Amino acid sequence: MALAHRYGPYGGQYVPETLMPALAELEAAWLEAWGDDGFRGQLAQLARDYVGRPSPLYEARALSARVGHPVHLKREDLNHTGSHKINNALGQALLAKRMGKPRVIAETGAGQHGVAAATAAALLDLECVVYMGEEDIRRQAPNVQRMELLGATVEPVTAGARTLKEAVSAAIRDWVENVATTHYIIGSAVGPAPYPAIVRELQRVIGDEARAQLLERAGRLPARVIACVGGGSNAIGTFAAFLDDAAVELIGVEAAGEGLETGRHGAPLSAGGRAGVLHGSLSAVLQDDDGQILEAHSVSAGLDYPGSGPEHAQLRDTGRVRYAAVTDAQALAAFRELTRLEGIIPALEPAHAIAWLLENGSGELDLVCLSGRGDKDLAEVLTLGEAR
Amino acid sequence: MSDSGVERIAAAFAAAGKRAALMPYLMGGFPDRDASVAIGEACIAAGADLLELGVPFSDPLADGPVIHAAATRALAAGTTVADVLQVAERLAGRVPVIVMAYTNTVLAAGVERFCERLAQSGAAGVIAPDLPYEEGGELAAAAERHGIALVPLIAPTTTAERLAAIAARASGFLYVVSVTGTTGERASDAAELAPLLARAKAATQLPVALGFGIATPAQAAAAAAAGADGVIIGSRLVRAAGEGGDAPVAVGRLVGEFAKALSASVP
Repeated sequence: MALAHRYGPYGGQYVPETLMPALAELEAAWLEAWGDDGFRGQLAQLARDYVGRPSPLYEARALSARVGHPVHLKREDLNHTGSHKINNALGQALLAKRMGKPRVIAETGAGQHGVAAATAAALLDLECVVYMGEEDIRRQAPNVQRMELLGATVEPVTAGARTLKEAVSAAIRDWVENVATTHYIIGSAVGPAPYPAIVRELQRVIGDEARAQLLERAGRLPARVIACVGGGSNAIGTFAAFLDDAAVELIGVEAAGEGLETGRHGAPLSAGGRAGVLHGSLSAVLQDDDGQILEAHSVSAGLDYPGSGPEHAQLRDTGRVRYAAVTDAQALAAFRELTRLEGIIPALEPAHAIAWLLENGSGELDLVCLSGRGDKDLAEVLTLGEAR
Repeated sequence: MSDSGVERIAAAFAAAGKRAALMPYLMGGFPDRDASVAIGEACIAAGADLLELGVPFSDPLADGPVIHAAATRALAAGTTVADVLQVAERLAGRVPVIVMAYTNTVLAAGVERFCERLAQSGAAGVIAPDLPYEEGGELAAAAERHGIALVPLIAPTTTAERLAAIAARASGFLYVVSVTGTTGERASDAAELAPLLARAKAATQLPVALGFGIATPAQAAAAAAAGADGVIIGSRLVRAAGEGGDAPVAVGRLVGEFAKALSASVP
């Protein structure tokens, strides 16, 4: 048995030779662990008692009234650490422990994955280093403080635009140097195989729970499932449970930043164009004619990434998932609107999914993955609000 | 230059004789395009047997801070892949030029077209540091059609099974990464190199060249003594090229010191 390495033409393992044995070791360890009831049981118990799973499915009545049809929110924002990232980080940290790796590293954009990795490392007594772009350190200060309190070392990354892309690169370089002792907890459904498959498997608890909760609650499947897509981990985890439900429309919402037409965005799937290799896999990326990777732009640090998970590129090509993009301004407005309507402050990332919903009514029951909470974004949103 | 790149690489290693072949690395377009040509010429004048020419890439995962920074500067100055191939063209008549290009710059041109452009520029070989054996079949086939050597890398972590497969498809020479890490100057232990080089040499008839982390003439001589058929000097020279002053003179002087150390180490 092996994990998927390719999703149609996408995916693969475009990494320095030094890492290839580590990827093979990781895949073997994962398959062995995932086939072990003891490991699965340990993770399930932590998911329940430590993370607070299953996360609630909430019928958002005020939001439903606003859009004119029922909307259910999958409340990943209520997880311990405040986002869906803990599902993956905890699973991978348990795997690192099982593999005998005393040290874990992670990249982070919004800080949510960094906090999740630092939390899992604290729980499991692992050394933890989190790479974070200096620009993201500035706009996500509360999460930096949280990581440091948890005992992680936050390494500022000063290359390029000093955001998520450079943080991933720095983490991969660290892994190349320290591969014998270190497991890289990648935070999204990106990277070389087997990472996209592992992250999808650890995140599909979102979709599996939501599907069962909705069937029990409403006695039906949703007309549409909507999730934001940066690298695409909450989206792939949510979509995974519905891929075989042909009548359920799946919508991934990317960051249009200042507008797709400006080139300043984080929407490689929507923008289209030639596939490219970034961070170990072939997928939709923002790049120039020479293959140089372009900087992304988004008000949301977690969507500020020029690449996308390889399975998303395939799901776009096959038409199974529709990808759309909403601008910074739309996301900021949705952030405020959901807060006022429901008393739920969303993270700026899922605010993109909400923004798309607000402008695209279906008339039928929709499911939205509310992937994280927005406490971390308050300072940034308030600053931007004053600036306009 | 009627000989194929593969043949020219073999001839360059042979011409180095008992001395290990010296292969300086320079970043195309750094500090600027003309200066990188002058640096290449200075390397040749100082005793380089082959040249490794880097194509700057936005996200160079195999490179440490010095080469990463040089790539960033070259790109900021507007260096294109076409510029770097012009640098190759101006140097390739004198020694074999091996172009080091990250996979996405190869894919952007198209694998076939990229190899065609390499051949037109006179380059002898290509190294793709993020294209492991499993993903490299298409480039290997295209390179072969154009007489270009696809030089693979092996690392200290490479298993015996992988080494056998990689060596079986290798062309030009086998590039042995001396450290578990990215490019960059560091202290190395020659005693640890010997077993790695012995493994590599047992797996191939091709020359075996050692790179990553070789920063001093003494380290180069130790690598040769440990069995390397060639040594690749990267970050140390790129650092010198970026320190201001007369970059070709500074790099040429260093390459001369490496050449001298390698000659002195021949028993």
